[in-house]
Amino acid sequence: MLDFLYQPWPWYIAGPIIGLTVPILLLLGGKMFGVSANLRHACAACNFGNVEFFNYDWKTAGKWNFTFLIGTVLGGFLGGYIFANPEPIALAASTIADLQALGIQDFNGLVPDDLFAWEMLGTGVGLTVLVLGGFMVGFGARYAGGCTSGHAISGLSDLQLASLIAVIGFFIGGLIMTFFIYPIILG
Amino acid sequence: MKFSEYLKYLLIGTGFGFVLVKSEVVSWFRIQEMFRFQDIHMYGIIGLAVIVGIISVQIIKRKNMKDAAGNPITIPPKDPSQVTRYIVGGAIFGLGWALLGACPGPMFALLGSGLTIMVIPILAALAGTYTYGVLRDKLPH
Repeated sequence: MLDFLYQPWPWYIAGPIIGLTVPILLLLGGKMFGVSANLRHACAACNFGNVEFFNYDWKTAGKWNFTFLIGTVLGGFLGGYIFANPEPIALAASTIADLQALGIQDFNGLVPDDLFAWEMLGTGVGLTVLVLGGFMVGFGARYAGGCTSGHAISGLSDLQLASLIAVIGFFIGGLIMTFFIYPIILG
Repeated sequence: MKFSEYLKYLLIGTGFGFVLVKSEVVSWFRIQEMFRFQDIHMYGIIGLAVIVGIISVQIIKRKNMKDAAGNPITIPPKDPSQVTRYIVGGAIFGLGWALLGACPGPMFALLGSGLTIMVIPILAALAGTYTYGVLRDKLPH
């Protein structure tokens, strides 16, 4: 039983569980699953400069979602710290070869130490990945009206055409980064 | 919101964060693998999540089910005519997703796993969100 908590879960177990988040939140409180809304609510809670987009009652809209997000951090602690998988991720051999060719050397954890470390903040590569990457995720999610959870999971679950278009947009950006820009950044 | 309500959302969030880590969706490596189409892993997860989501949302809608408080469940439709915002905004998100290797949920789950450096992309994502709010009226949607 404990083995199951330490081991990585196969996609055919994890996928349906993630999908169930949608009806559980709907049935529990009529809530639409979407993580990036929290970033907007956080801006609304501060709202320096009285920006109109952040002028709304964030407490009513966001308290439940903030609570959910605190849970996500807690779940990350349980899954990635208490019950951390001691083995490296079983990536496709072709992915490992491609990433090694780009100079990635550490394949032990969930993310490579080559990029995700405090000392990397002093480098152009580190700043690009951590700061520019984070910025584009936040900016793009709000511009597109949702992120992976809001569009790819919730929106597609409700058969929303808008979400399908957004997911196509996610992949346009992701493929351009992977095949054209990342090799330059790491080159 | 009552304490029991907070507890419910906290537990669901905890389950979500746990699955994100156990399924390795939070992994920068898995995202690189996905955008290279080198394994079924991420596609299997998103695909099955969507299938389960579609079936359950259809049941909720067709049976006119109510939420725990007895209120009718309504899902606000998104306007598909705003193609620019979904393609351009989506592409900017996708650039960031592939670069950072984490979308918003995983950023927070990784932070919880002890990866303190994730504070930086989270703050950057807040800055990005704020910047969008400021520029919103000047952007095509």
